[in-house]
Amino acid sequence: MTSSLVQSVDWLTIAPPTLTAVVALAVLVADLFVPQERKQILGWTAVGGLAAALALLLPLRAGDRSTFCLTAKAQAEGHADACSYTADHFTLVIQALVLAGALLTALLSLSETRERLPAGEYWFLLLSSAAGAALLPASRDLATLVVALEVASLPAFALVGLKRGDRMSGEAALKFFLSSVTATAVTLLGVSFVYAATGTLHLTEIAQRLDDVPGQLQTLAEAGVALTLVGFAFKTAAVPFHFWVPDTYVGAPLPVAAYLSVVGKAVGFTGLILVTVVAFPSYADVWGPALAVLAALTMTAGNVAALRQVSTRAWSAVRLLAWSSVAQAGYLLVPIAAAAYSGDDQIGATVAYAVMYAVVNLGAFAVVALVARTHPENRIADYRGLYAASPAAALALGFFLLNLAGLPPGIIGLFAKVTVFSAAVDAGLGWLAVIMGVNVVIALYYYLRWTALLFRAPEGAPVPHKAPAPVTLAIVLTAVAGVVLSGYPQFALRFATDSLF
Amino acid sequence: MIDISESVMQFLLVLIVAGPLLGAVAALLPAPPGLKGKSPDQAVLRHGVTVTGVILLAALVLALGFDHDQPSKMQATTDISWIRALDVRIHLGVDGISLPLLVLTALLTFLCALYSYFKLPAGGSPKAFVALLLVLESGTLATFAVLDLVLFFLAFETVLIPMYFLIARWGGEGRQAAAWKFILYTLLGSVVMLLGLLLIGVKAGTFDMVALATDNGRGLTTAVQVIAVLAIGLGLAVKTPMWPLHSWLPDAHTAAPTVGSVLLAGVLLKMGTYGFVRIVLPIAPEGMQTLAPYLAAFAVAGIIYGSLACLALARPGNKGDLKRLIAYSSVGHMGFVLLGIATMTPTGVNGALFANIAHGLVTGLLFFLVGAVKDRYGTADLDTLAGATGAALYGRAPRLGALLAFAAVASLGLPGLAGFWGEMLALFGAFDPAEGLSRPAFLTFMAIGAFGTLLTAAYLLVVVRRVCMGGPRPAGETAIADVQGYEFAAWTPLVALTVLAGLWPAVLLGLTDPAVQQLLAGGPR
Repeated sequence: MTSSLVQSVDWLTIAPPTLTAVVALAVLVADLFVPQERKQILGWTAVGGLAAALALLLPLRAGDRSTFCLTAKAQAEGHADACSYTADHFTLVIQALVLAGALLTALLSLSETRERLPAGEYWFLLLSSAAGAALLPASRDLATLVVALEVASLPAFALVGLKRGDRMSGEAALKFFLSSVTATAVTLLGVSFVYAATGTLHLTEIAQRLDDVPGQLQTLAEAGVALTLVGFAFKTAAVPFHFWVPDTYVGAPLPVAAYLSVVGKAVGFTGLILVTVVAFPSYADVWGPALAVLAALTMTAGNVAALRQVSTRAWSAVRLLAWSSVAQAGYLLVPIAAAAYSGDDQIGATVAYAVMYAVVNLGAFAVVALVARTHPENRIADYRGLYAASPAAALALGFFLLNLAGLPPGIIGLFAKVTVFSAAVDAGLGWLAVIMGVNVVIALYYYLRWTALLFRAPEGAPVPHKAPAPVTLAIVLTAVAGVVLSGYPQFALRFATDSLF
Repeated sequence: MIDISESVMQFLLVLIVAGPLLGAVAALLPAPPGLKGKSPDQAVLRHGVTVTGVILLAALVLALGFDHDQPSKMQATTDISWIRALDVRIHLGVDGISLPLLVLTALLTFLCALYSYFKLPAGGSPKAFVALLLVLESGTLATFAVLDLVLFFLAFETVLIPMYFLIARWGGEGRQAAAWKFILYTLLGSVVMLLGLLLIGVKAGTFDMVALATDNGRGLTTAVQVIAVLAIGLGLAVKTPMWPLHSWLPDAHTAAPTVGSVLLAGVLLKMGTYGFVRIVLPIAPEGMQTLAPYLAAFAVAGIIYGSLACLALARPGNKGDLKRLIAYSSVGHMGFVLLGIATMTPTGVNGALFANIAHGLVTGLLFFLVGAVKDRYGTADLDTLAGATGAALYGRAPRLGALLAFAAVASLGLPGLAGFWGEMLALFGAFDPAEGLSRPAFLTFMAIGAFGTLLTAAYLLVVVRRVCMGGPRPAGETAIADVQGYEFAAWTPLVALTVLAGLWPAVLLGLTDPAVQQLLAGGPR
């Protein structure tokens, strides 16, 4: 009798996020004992921990494990067979994306922590945030989801503000914190409404019970659904919750900006997918059109703002990437909106697009981090003649930017866009596809303008950029991944057809 | 003509598509020992000539091995799965429609590489130039060889970036703006085209062109077909270009370097019309039938508009640029091609395909010649060239003048030269359009188009008079060089083929006709 009250825990299933969290704590404690000149060891520990967490995904690849399930006793009391933590294919892909993104961020940070950032705190915060981000795709109840979201976000605020003695960094952190906390509060309110209306927190159970909510609770349930979505829309930086993005990215240390643009975004759209497709399918007629409009607005706002960046302004490179990431979030939302019209399978297009975006955006940030070493102002104009100074870096950046634009030679970028377009067409969202098409053209203008600048004749003698080994490694890893995916897009696009849940 | 085993043919076609890409990568790497040449620049330019030469050779062998008794059959086919998720297959093949275009592309690119070896336009490094030229070649050849809609789109997009850089880096005055106009316009068109292609793919359940063409639109409702043709046609019409979507073309041509103009006019524009014949006609015939009269109307508007623009540019005092003038004449010529396609008859479509090839040869030659004139005088401005009485090329550089006059009369459609047959067949097709199309409308289009040929003759003769003829030049003017050896080498094949196609049109029509018949009746086998 007593045994059935206790949930059995499958430790292997929860190993990837758990290991990340454990390494985070270990690094924090070790920081107290490691002498100043050997702090580098903390960084390598973090990198090793993330790599190990990635490796731990391998035994789970069958995608059929769950844990923290409701006990037999609870099921006897009328609950469905629901679990709080599920490691299905969707979870595994996102976990791999998030952990690999954190790993690349860690590589980019290695030299930064030596020079400018407090090592112990930095690694602890980064790993904690990564642990939260890895937990989030696996969570299948609203409480775990919100906790994971907060675990991923709270350390991120501190990471943004970590540049010592930099006023902008503190301001960026505060902006990020205030707008994010508001959104979280709204989400929590929404979650409580949904709980009140349905009496359960498990996503699959909510899906069943939302169908027959008693009449007087109908409004409550609808308000709950709407409010819950708002919080996740904020995380993906969808319009109108996108204003924090450029200032936050510019104020944050560069690797953190890269982290936010990929992992932060992954957290947002994963949560959005889970609540929309898994928990609220019966409200598809509400969130479907809303997300479609949101996607159109987000990509347009992001692209128009990116278009208006002046290349000689300080930090314009990061600003442009920030706005472009807003626009890319718009593309990521399209298949989720399409899922409302024609079924879950469309979600795969978002996942495939996210894989492509993660690889090339991190790559672009890696090259930006490299250039930032000699040009701390990081203006786009500083990239003029990069090809003459360091041809490999220039070719890599050109390749990443064209992937983001979606034109050959960025073949994987092109096919990721084709997948998203195809999802929209399949769902009958022709108007959204046309708006996205116009946006692709707008985006090409600023991506190609930057690319063309790389190959112009430099002003004055070119100064070769001395690349630290970890940054080089990050660029090489992302470039190789991009090229392999371009040659065999099936690696990324297979998610677009397989049923992930 | 000669018997080549199927696997060799397959290999040749794959080589034609993939070879230039590998060559582009190799061009960026340092030259291996033994191939270093006199200088790195010379070595990489020679590399360009070698690679394009090999590709041309492969295309010629492919043409020889092609079974000319069955031009409607897809030959040298390769069909392997590439991206299962999107159901995209690497499906390659040639038939009588694509074979001439493949050979034309390989030939023109080779001639451009040869020309650049001796006369590289000022701008960036030769290394980048050769790499971009080869990527461009790969993209265009792939467009004509692929049989999968998504792959077609990929190939269609591949040419954008290299062409953008060719114009923006090696171009003349106003090159930045022209390059932007080119790429943004074309991309907007091709994104819309992608939506149409996806619509077909989603509704019909396959992206395979052969399967779709065999279906002949039976799996698609009329509404879907109309929307798809509208979307795809818009993208192709921008590329072709069809009036009123042509405005990127004159700027791009004026600013582009000589080889850029030659390839743009000779090959890139054909991608648009080829798409109409290969995709729109067989896959969505009902949609095409609905929209064909509009296409034909725009086509004849383009014929008249292009000719009038040229007449205006050719008049003294209007500061007309010769390159710009030829660009506008392309709008007119492509109007004939579109008119032929819009008739949806074997006659018209054959005429369109013939005019396609003829335009590639003749306009390619014209751009080469005008580029040579511009190099010698430092300007292509007609008023500056002609001065008070005329540029008198006949007297100053007789061979150049004669070639220019030859190209001009070929372009105006003199019987016996390549330009004649295509336009005549296109008009002939409009005389008796396919069943279901309004005959009176098409008769009107035919009359307007025929009037356009008169206008074309008018402006080209004005150009010949102002450039080739003229009074004695003022004393002390520097002499200009006549045609050089390398220029002869680059131009002679075009001249010879123009005469050959004019005197013996059956060479081409024998290839295209069976394929077109098959296509209109229900796709290639």
